[in-house]
Amino acid sequence: MADTATLPRSFQEIILRLQSYWGAKGCAVLQPYDMEVGAGTFHPATTLRALGSKPWAAAYVQPSRRPTDGRYGENPNRLQHYYQYQVIIKPSPPDLQELYLGSLRAIGLDPMLHDIRFVEDDWESPTLGAWGLGWEVWCDGMEVSQFTYFQQVGGHDCRPVSGELTYGLERLAMYVLGIDHVMEMPFNDPAAPIPLKYGDIFRQTEEEYSRHNFDGATTEMLFQHFKDAEAECERLLSFDAVDPKTGKRIVMAHPAYDQCIKASHLFNLLDARGVISVTERQAYIGRVRALAKKCADAFVTTEAGGALGGAAA
Amino acid sequence: MPDLLIELFSEEIPARMQGKAAADLKKMVTDGLVEAGLTYASAGAFSTPRRLVLSVEELTAESKPVREERKGPRTDAPAAALEGFLRSTGLTKDQLEIRDDKKAQVYFAVVEKPGRKAEDIVAEVLEGAIRTFPWPKSMRWGAGSLRWVRPLHSILCLMVDEGGARVVPVDVDGIVSGNTTEGHRFMGAGRFAVASFDDYRVKLARAKVMLDPAEREAQIWQEATNMAFAAGLEVVEDRGLLAEVAGLVEWPVVLMGQIGEEFMGLPPEVLQTSMKEHQKFFSVRNPKTGRIERFVTVANIEAADGGAAILKGNQKVLRARLSDARFFWENDLRVAKGGMGEWAEGLRAVTFHNKLGSQAERIARIAALAREIAPLVGADADMAGKAAEVAKLDLRSGMVGEFAELQGVMGRYYALEAGMPAAVADACRDHYSPLGPSDAVPVEPVSVAVALADKIDTLTGFWAIDEKPTGSKDPFALRRAALGVIRLVLVNGVRGSLLQLMDAPMRRAKSAAFPERDANPELRELDDRVATVQLVEFFHDRLKVFLRDQGIRHDVIDACLAMPGNDDLTLLVKRAQALQSFLSSDDGTNLLQGFKRANNILTQAEAKDGVEYSFGADPKFAESDEERALFNALDVAEQAIGPAMKAEDFAAAMGAMAQLRAPIDAFFTAVQINTDNAVVRRNRLNLLHRIRAICAGVADLRQVEG
Repeated sequence: MADTATLPRSFQEIILRLQSYWGAKGCAVLQPYDMEVGAGTFHPATTLRALGSKPWAAAYVQPSRRPTDGRYGENPNRLQHYYQYQVIIKPSPPDLQELYLGSLRAIGLDPMLHDIRFVEDDWESPTLGAWGLGWEVWCDGMEVSQFTYFQQVGGHDCRPVSGELTYGLERLAMYVLGIDHVMEMPFNDPAAPIPLKYGDIFRQTEEEYSRHNFDGATTEMLFQHFKDAEAECERLLSFDAVDPKTGKRIVMAHPAYDQCIKASHLFNLLDARGVISVTERQAYIGRVRALAKKCADAFVTTEAGGALGGAAA
Repeated sequence: MPDLLIELFSEEIPARMQGKAAADLKKMVTDGLVEAGLTYASAGAFSTPRRLVLSVEELTAESKPVREERKGPRTDAPAAALEGFLRSTGLTKDQLEIRDDKKAQVYFAVVEKPGRKAEDIVAEVLEGAIRTFPWPKSMRWGAGSLRWVRPLHSILCLMVDEGGARVVPVDVDGIVSGNTTEGHRFMGAGRFAVASFDDYRVKLARAKVMLDPAEREAQIWQEATNMAFAAGLEVVEDRGLLAEVAGLVEWPVVLMGQIGEEFMGLPPEVLQTSMKEHQKFFSVRNPKTGRIERFVTVANIEAADGGAAILKGNQKVLRARLSDARFFWENDLRVAKGGMGEWAEGLRAVTFHNKLGSQAERIARIAALAREIAPLVGADADMAGKAAEVAKLDLRSGMVGEFAELQGVMGRYYALEAGMPAAVADACRDHYSPLGPSDAVPVEPVSVAVALADKIDTLTGFWAIDEKPTGSKDPFALRRAALGVIRLVLVNGVRGSLLQLMDAPMRRAKSAAFPERDANPELRELDDRVATVQLVEFFHDRLKVFLRDQGIRHDVIDACLAMPGNDDLTLLVKRAQALQSFLSSDDGTNLLQGFKRANNILTQAEAKDGVEYSFGADPKFAESDEERALFNALDVAEQAIGPAMKAEDFAAAMGAMAQLRAPIDAFFTAVQINTDNAVVRRNRLNLLHRIRAICAGVADLRQVEG
């Protein structure tokens, strides 16, 4: 476990301390999902694993993309690509708040010195057909995490309920490290032979992707890809559950869900390109939600989804 | 007599729900206790972010025994009747008594319910309250199925009397009651046992929890004002914020911080809104300049460094927030100085409603309407039109995009920056008003014209596409818009026909939404008319509610609504006010009786004879002095009422009507209407008709009760 008596000195040290803390608390420390997502919640380790009766505990960093938030690397706090730290435990343990506060201590935020507050904030993801109750956690007036007890995902009631913690890593780290502009934040140890700042790694990509998101991406192609992903998702779920080749019951819930994630990101890009009107917006969100629901329906018929012996529920 | 103490300890309860939850707990538990036959002297409920607490003093230790008798079937009744009776009472046949009742023998069930111990009742009532608690939103957690606002962790339930404190055993899905609780999340030192409410309160305070929200509010306000005063400043009062902040802390620690000099150029409304919405800070103002110079934040911890790190953090967060605000402000000023054309262009692409077009189209409609309304409110038509064109441009500004509640306020700043006259700029700010029944009503003519045009466009538009309010649903706030029109019209004494005013916009909205109907002009005509008339009726309903709140009787309003010109709201209300005050005088009530008597006799006669007695009475058939006196009085009244009504002097008209009271009374005393002489009878009925006609010219007194 990392040394928590001293303050962390870099972005990566904060991540490492969180990994080590939640690993020690019994979470499987997973790696990021290998697709473009808007938030850590989209990782199947959260969206799908929150469903069904099987116990689950995972923690991971998830690179997240919000194309409309691009500011060409100039805004001190806004990025179109950033990191979330995600913890998901099912069923939510009775001491989840205490566990969470322990993670803040681990990264150098002492609740006896700082003002930590749980402020009402009910979470909802219209694209995932998911909602829960909880708080945004404030540290000295700044939101540092989202804390949610999942009630529904993909239109299914969560039984048991998962507890989900989401940390906005850049913002949290900037606060702990006392940095005013994200690009100035030390990524590795400032005393390393080759010290790298966040900007050394991401300033150029923020510029490139901002241009891409707002002006570069070909909208006709994105529209087509959205339709393709939608059709593929539905097609994969329309297969007979029993695979003729192996004779096993293999529901393609995860591959179908990948297409749902794709559709969601394509929608975000189209939104950034400004080609989706206010009224169309709702319709697109509804289409992605419909996919998420179908994937959830499929997942709960699988073994990981809690169906006994993998038989259909 | 024992006291009862209950604490429901949970994870953080949303601030906005705490007050009602404490009140609900008190009501549910005390109602349940009383219903079960207990009484108590007093009860008090409290809340903090992590607990709901109820203290009940001097509860009766047990409920009284109850003896209940029920009469059953006769002994010779069919067996099925007896079986049914046994089933409903839960007794066996040999437990029943047989008594003589009149001529037969009848079964009686006598059920003696023994008194119950308060402990048992409390346990039952508390569990019921927890399971059916009316949270606006509740949740499950872990693997359980119990619902609470956030996870419920412990239940403290104590009965306290001379013999000491006893735990009332309650078990709700594995949460077992006890006599312990914990203090502040960070400053408390673990769980502790309590022995009474006083003990609880003292130990909580020692563990850094101030139980009473009113005490926390008072503490916050006092410290905040003291700190501000010491710096020669004052705290901007905000009761809603104070209540919310008191619901976010168990141990309030007030800190005052600085706002960077570089943000002093922002309008005070921007500073205030940004600090309140994002940070829940109070604004601290310099009373000499009106500038917001500092902020007050309330922490939940006594930090070892005196709050230095907390304040530093809050200032840093605020700096980031205000940098955003300043970025918007500076960008917006650039667009404003350039005449705001960029925003006007941008609003073309923003849909207001898919059947009512873009925001730009909506603004064009409002501008046209504002020009039409301008002469009615004494505004210059060009000025009103111009104001309407710019009044909503700030919707495209960065600042309003960030803080929707600053719409209008920013519009005023930007219009001034664009070089618009003050009246136009003020209309930008004021045209949304009045927003509620107590919100100030604009009186500046240009603002009034734009405010009316805005609301009438909304009303006619949504009416035209059939998006009317139903029941509790009013998604487009049409009731509020109608009330806004009513208050604007009344406060400013605006005269004119509402029907006429709404006719053209209704036609335009209908034709725009349903172009296909233009193929059938007759149907279209009918369609428009019906919609507008219905909208006027909607206004009348809102007006009734409004006037009732002002103390005007509903029957008085109906009497005036039945008169022609009822879509001139100013006239309508003037008439109603005069009628109400007339009816509260002796002359008024007596005249009403006379009128009703005349009207009843006449109506009956007309129904019976199948004619309307409106041929004009002739004094030459008058037989008595009283009859002749009434003729004279009606002549006099008519001469007075006519001009008074023409001048809309309702008080004078009703005063003249009051003069009829004595002659009418005397007439009815002395004269028999239904005489055998058909000519005289007819003449008298025609005379009654004159009474009715004169009164009907002032108000429809038939609608008045009494």
